[in-house]
Amino acid sequence: MKISSIKELNDLRRKIQAKKDPDKSCITVCGGPGCLAKQCLAVRDEFVSTIAAKGLKDKVDIRTTGCHGYCDRGPIALIFPQGLFYQRLTTKDVDEIIEETILNGRTVDRLMYTDTETGKTIENEEEIPFYKKQMQLVLKNNRRIDPHSLEDYIALGGYSALAKVLGGMKPQDVINEIKKSGLRGRGGGGFPTGVKWESTRSAPGEEKYVICNADEGDPGAFMDRSILEGNPHSVLEGMIIGAYAIGSNEGYVYVRNEYPLAVKNITIAIQQARELGILGDNILGSGFGFDVRINRGGGAFVCGESTALMASLEGKPGEPRAKYIHTSEKGLWDKPSNLNNVETWANVPLIINNGSSWFSNIGTESSKGTKVFSLVGKINNTGLVEVPMGITLREIIFDIGGGIPGGRKFKAVQTGGPSGGCIPESLIDLPVDYEKLTEVGSMMGSGGMIVMDEGTCMVDIARYYINFLQEESCGKCVPCREGLFRLGELLTGITQGRGRMEDIPLIEDLSGMMKDASLCGLGTTAPNPVMSTLNYFRDEYIAHIKDGKCQAGVCRELITFSIDSDNCTGCGVCLKNCPSGAITGEKKQVHVLDVNKCTKCGICYDSCRFDAVKKE
Amino acid sequence: MSEKNIQRGEMVTFTLNGAQVKADQGWSLLEAIRFYGLNIPTLCYDEGLTPYGGCRLCVVEVGSGKRAKLVASCVHPVKEGLDVRTHSNRVLKTRKMILELLIARCPSSKKLQDMAALLELREVRFRPLNDDCILCGLCVRMCEEQMGAKAIGFAGRGGDRYITTPFDMTSEECRKCGACMYICPACELRCQGPNAETTLCSGCINTEPVCTSKFDDAMCFMVPCLSCVKKPEDVK
Repeated sequence: MKISSIKELNDLRRKIQAKKDPDKSCITVCGGPGCLAKQCLAVRDEFVSTIAAKGLKDKVDIRTTGCHGYCDRGPIALIFPQGLFYQRLTTKDVDEIIEETILNGRTVDRLMYTDTETGKTIENEEEIPFYKKQMQLVLKNNRRIDPHSLEDYIALGGYSALAKVLGGMKPQDVINEIKKSGLRGRGGGGFPTGVKWESTRSAPGEEKYVICNADEGDPGAFMDRSILEGNPHSVLEGMIIGAYAIGSNEGYVYVRNEYPLAVKNITIAIQQARELGILGDNILGSGFGFDVRINRGGGAFVCGESTALMASLEGKPGEPRAKYIHTSEKGLWDKPSNLNNVETWANVPLIINNGSSWFSNIGTESSKGTKVFSLVGKINNTGLVEVPMGITLREIIFDIGGGIPGGRKFKAVQTGGPSGGCIPESLIDLPVDYEKLTEVGSMMGSGGMIVMDEGTCMVDIARYYINFLQEESCGKCVPCREGLFRLGELLTGITQGRGRMEDIPLIEDLSGMMKDASLCGLGTTAPNPVMSTLNYFRDEYIAHIKDGKCQAGVCRELITFSIDSDNCTGCGVCLKNCPSGAITGEKKQVHVLDVNKCTKCGICYDSCRFDAVKKE
Repeated sequence: MSEKNIQRGEMVTFTLNGAQVKADQGWSLLEAIRFYGLNIPTLCYDEGLTPYGGCRLCVVEVGSGKRAKLVASCVHPVKEGLDVRTHSNRVLKTRKMILELLIARCPSSKKLQDMAALLELREVRFRPLNDDCILCGLCVRMCEEQMGAKAIGFAGRGGDRYITTPFDMTSEECRKCGACMYICPACELRCQGPNAETTLCSGCINTEPVCTSKFDDAMCFMVPCLSCVKKPEDVK
């Protein structure tokens, strides 16, 4: 079926909404990447077969949705209309849920969230501390939509922003609205979106392109992935509105090939939109035509950089070029091009629907709206969180994230992906916005947030990121290619006990030069992990170099294992597990560790139940 | 991406080391700076080839105060009202560091050694490697743009980047013309200086102005420097 006017779209929406019974039970199973890994599909299948076996097919809907965010508790299911939140499901729990909740209207307490402080069970999602302080705008519909269903999206008001735009807004009105909202690029740079659109619109040239950057490659980040997997139509709607405002008839989605589900879902979404007439010529009878193509990235981190991405789209190697002439003037195929990140595009329909002042009321002076972060690392509530700008890191990490597991101490949080910086505990009350994060030597980036506890060695962390970036640098310019290689060499030397005090000023000089002289954003931000750790954790560097000690006990060359004769019971577990035969001892006698044979793998340390293996 | 299709003829005015100068608006900064006789070191630039912006030795400082930044002059177009400083301390420091990295990679290149003497590079603090290639990409562009062959290109990424023929096999596209060897700045000549076994040969004398230590920016470009009067004992 094809619709050719705004009225037809509204009729369709009413028809879909009328078909839906708000009191009908619906089980939504989270199908996000975290839950998928925890076998949520088996749970879903069990629901389907149990419902069929009990003859409830007409009474219960079942829906597999995108990521709900609370990955730590996966697989998650929400039971509507009550809005019950069930966590950590296995196939064995399914029968009970159907029997108790669906048929008898009772809750299954053991599957519900228990508040760690009060010990009470919490029924609804919104009441759970993890969700309480969040403000979900972009992610909100993830839990209500089957990403393969255009009907679900339209039922929740999908494409109404597009109808509003095509129904009576001039392109310049749209740009003004976005400019007034204060929306800034969510991919890391934080460039005002409306200004970017305007300069692309006013650039000379008939052909213009809009591009969606879905090449999210940061370790530990999955924000864009979850939006594209869970609500692909929202991204598409944003792109169509953007294209209309800019005056473009062709768009691209550049998505990582390592995100097969995202590729699949956006492909289906584009197909559905074309069939309905939302993509193609004469969209909703407005005379405006636009279509989107998908391009799959080959897994290069640097292709997230706008000019490298465009080179890759053109079929060339993904290498950036100097941006002294902006891509809004000369981008893809040397035509004016507007590139925005997935999350930025997904924000656009919300702004159009709710108005720019609604959006600009959220957030801080310079950063408006919400931001999605992927909260990972040493944190209790791993998952995706969407918070208003200006919230403090403490609120994110301790109130939403539930603090550090195992009663350990918080040490630092790394924001902004591999080229972000590590923020120490002394700055944990920092409000999160673009400027504040940059001031302390980190950045917003695309929204990775990796929490570290006291068992993390900051020199080792810096080395890890530098090595990651060294592998992912394209190698075109000398500062980035050679600079990262040498930084990696120096940092590895320090972690292996070969560091010299002269290395520290050399690292600083080198980092300063890279920041100044590199060709693209990858090189200019690459020294951030080193600079920030040197800035906030200089003692650790000095301890590594001068005393040959790694306080966190991470750098193998700098630690020694020994067996404490007072604690050792001679149980023999360490002896049995030691892969290098370094531990000897009779049963029930104190064991001895031969330092010369020890490979410092740490297995004895981890396996000892009597705290007898010491690590120094 | 080429700047050449911008219409030539229109002149723009900008500030070059404090002096108001005019330049054709189709020019790159590097072309304009060299037109006014200033020496900017480059490794990946050649007049006959598309600028690449890879070696970053041609960086100059533009803008003022907090907004001053370094740009690669070979790919930066001249623009009305730019404030360009070609030999500020920040620029010289950056160039030195880049050269230090390159020399540590290929200590035996005469071109790099000469440049080190010119830029007053005194020490190399990195472990020397004995590679031959600095990946400036001149040969790749030469082969493609001037010879029309496209027989060689880059392979790999980051630290694994190297120049090779397609699939590392003997290429029928290669006519063995030798243009790549002709244009290569690194493998062209071996340094025959006095300390060839160390990373820096220091065989050549320095001719760059020393005023930056006094004024932050270079004041004159006389060789030997007259305004600061370089004493013979300063030159070692």
